[in-house]
Amino acid sequence: MTDILNALVLFANFVLLPGIAYGAQLALGALGVTLIFGILRFSNVAHGDLMAFGAMITILVTWWLQSAGISIDPLPTALLALPVGIAGAVLISLLTDRAVYRFYRRRKAPGIVLVMASIGVMFMLNGIVRFVIGPNDQRFADGARFVVTVADFKEMTGLAEGLAIRLPVVITVVVALVVVVWLWWFLQRTRTGKAMRAFSDNEDLALLSGISPERVVALTWILAAALATIAGVLYGLDKSFRPFTYFQLLLPIFAAAIVGGIGQPFGAIAGGFVVAFSEVTVTYAYKRFLEYLGAQPEGLVQLLSVEYKFAVSFVILVIVLLVKPTGIFRGRVL
Amino acid sequence: MRSKLIKILTASAAGIALTAGVAAAQEVKIGILLGYTGPIETLTPAMAESAELALKEVNDSGQFLNGEKLVGVRADSTCIDSAAATAAAERLINTDSVVAIMGADCSGVTTAVANNVAIPNGVVMISPSATSPALTDIQDNGLFFRTAPSDARQGQVLTDILIGKDIKTVAITYTNNDYGKGLSDSFSAAYQAAGGKITINAPHEDGKGDYSAEVGALAAAGGDLLVVFGYADQGGVGIIRSAVDTGAFSRFALGDGMFAESLIAAIGAPLNGTIGSVPWSEGEGADAFVAASTAAGVNPDGSFRRESYDAAALIAMAMQKAGTTDRAAIKDHVLDVANAPGEKILPGQLGKALELIKAGQDVDYVGATNVELIGPGEAAGTYREYEVKDGKYETIQFR
Repeated sequence: MTDILNALVLFANFVLLPGIAYGAQLALGALGVTLIFGILRFSNVAHGDLMAFGAMITILVTWWLQSAGISIDPLPTALLALPVGIAGAVLISLLTDRAVYRFYRRRKAPGIVLVMASIGVMFMLNGIVRFVIGPNDQRFADGARFVVTVADFKEMTGLAEGLAIRLPVVITVVVALVVVVWLWWFLQRTRTGKAMRAFSDNEDLALLSGISPERVVALTWILAAALATIAGVLYGLDKSFRPFTYFQLLLPIFAAAIVGGIGQPFGAIAGGFVVAFSEVTVTYAYKRFLEYLGAQPEGLVQLLSVEYKFAVSFVILVIVLLVKPTGIFRGRVL
Repeated sequence: MRSKLIKILTASAAGIALTAGVAAAQEVKIGILLGYTGPIETLTPAMAESAELALKEVNDSGQFLNGEKLVGVRADSTCIDSAAATAAAERLINTDSVVAIMGADCSGVTTAVANNVAIPNGVVMISPSATSPALTDIQDNGLFFRTAPSDARQGQVLTDILIGKDIKTVAITYTNNDYGKGLSDSFSAAYQAAGGKITINAPHEDGKGDYSAEVGALAAAGGDLLVVFGYADQGGVGIIRSAVDTGAFSRFALGDGMFAESLIAAIGAPLNGTIGSVPWSEGEGADAFVAASTAAGVNPDGSFRRESYDAAALIAMAMQKAGTTDRAAIKDHVLDVANAPGEKILPGQLGKALELIKAGQDVDYVGATNVELIGPGEAAGTYREYEVKDGKYETIQFR
């Protein structure tokens, strides 16, 4: 019995918890991508760097708060700075929309032109972030690091394996849950949310029924920027902030959005967890896990070496596009 | 008419004065090719300062050749991007016309620069920190030297440390490049030969946000401790943080790239008990270096600063021995000045060394790291075995 418990704890420590945290971060990112695609009808390649931009503003404000001695110990100060980060990301999103995307939208340019324009925006944001905060790792997490440490857990349960529950992971899950529930309520229950959905379903009909397109577009950017900043800050708190990592997150985020069905908020959430758990379970070495269950494996029982982690999102993307291009929740086809 | 003549005369007089001035303070440029950006960017500024300190000492002595001044020209090797490093070296050699290069730093870019630029152009390179065993065997036409020892030796030293503590099974992770691979290969060969067991030998990529998957695999394989051959600013610290957080490993053994104060600052108390090795030196030379660099306002305490000083000093002395700033003449005299016989030279005595060489006498440069170039011109090397105690690196012994 203790062996089975040990196996489960081991699995929870190295697969379940990291998978949940990573999945929640990807889901928040994919929600933003899917909203933009659903309403503005293009794949926003600049989303990863928008995450980095929002996180950067949050970090700068966090440092300022830290230097001013303001903290909400044991919670990380970054949560206090988050609204400012969101405001910054919203501002830059509305600015780029005004300066870049509106021009093409008015002209009814095809989606691919907007995608190309977003690549330009991506490089710009990329440059701004590196210029302001630099290309290096930045640590800004403070407050308590653990809810339960490995040593605590072992002492509490008497098991051989320990389980670490890190505070950033808990925060990630709680915040993601709150945001997702709120977003669901907003889109389903409020007038503005309904207007956005109507606009996404059929632009012409929505216009005929008196919905202001510029207002819907602005709201979409505000939501997407807020989601991006929250995702970026949570990822940075949990792991670390480095502009290049956020750029790399683009691939799993797009994989998540497409797997779930692009344009479908619930799809983005499901997709985020599918991609995260695929990456983690495929690259985990099951040797000790199986040993606790009574098997005597020869090797490490690792399906894929960790270097190929990014390939997992690629493979999922290709399989979904080949087999079920609309994704799990019947989204649009890219 | 007359006023015009005077004008011409004064102008040419001024011209002569000007050329004379240039001749008196003729500049001799030396490339300082280090990764000012990239994985070891926190180490390189102090390395460059140490090298420039040696050049300054030479200049201040006024004994160098016919009063020429040495000028260091910095260029960025990036540590990881061979194309960028090669371009930087091309610029040093072709545009800045450096006579020799102090550098490069990381093994991969050093190999690329040596093979593609320095050797074809006949320019001497002395690397302070490239430690890959593979560099021992490159076709260098006698142009490549290093004041850092090959990792073939470090692998043996770490093996001795671990076996001495009766640690018989370890997991290894190394940064996925020439340095990490070379060190991990030499360590695993030595460790297994000494009866140790390696449960896993897995690479990690630098610059990722999350290393929990890597640590998961390492933890599954298990071992008494985790050996990390990486960089303190990069994947190495991420691996250790993740291993500590998940309770995968509680003890670590580190290669030289992990030695940095920033590592202790990042990890804190869980790092206590960590053991490792880093090329170091003690004795008169090391003390003299500490004195000389402290006096010049350069912090002497850190990786590869001594080696950088020695590399720059060797270039200057080899030129003095050759009696010319001609690129081709330098390579034949590096071993002469570095090894016995001759008067022993410590840091801070470069002026004296230049004077002796000028007088036709032999010198044996001891320098900050007890320089003794063996084989095809690489340092034999001494290592500092350290243990982290109460958040500080404490020296156990020198090997």
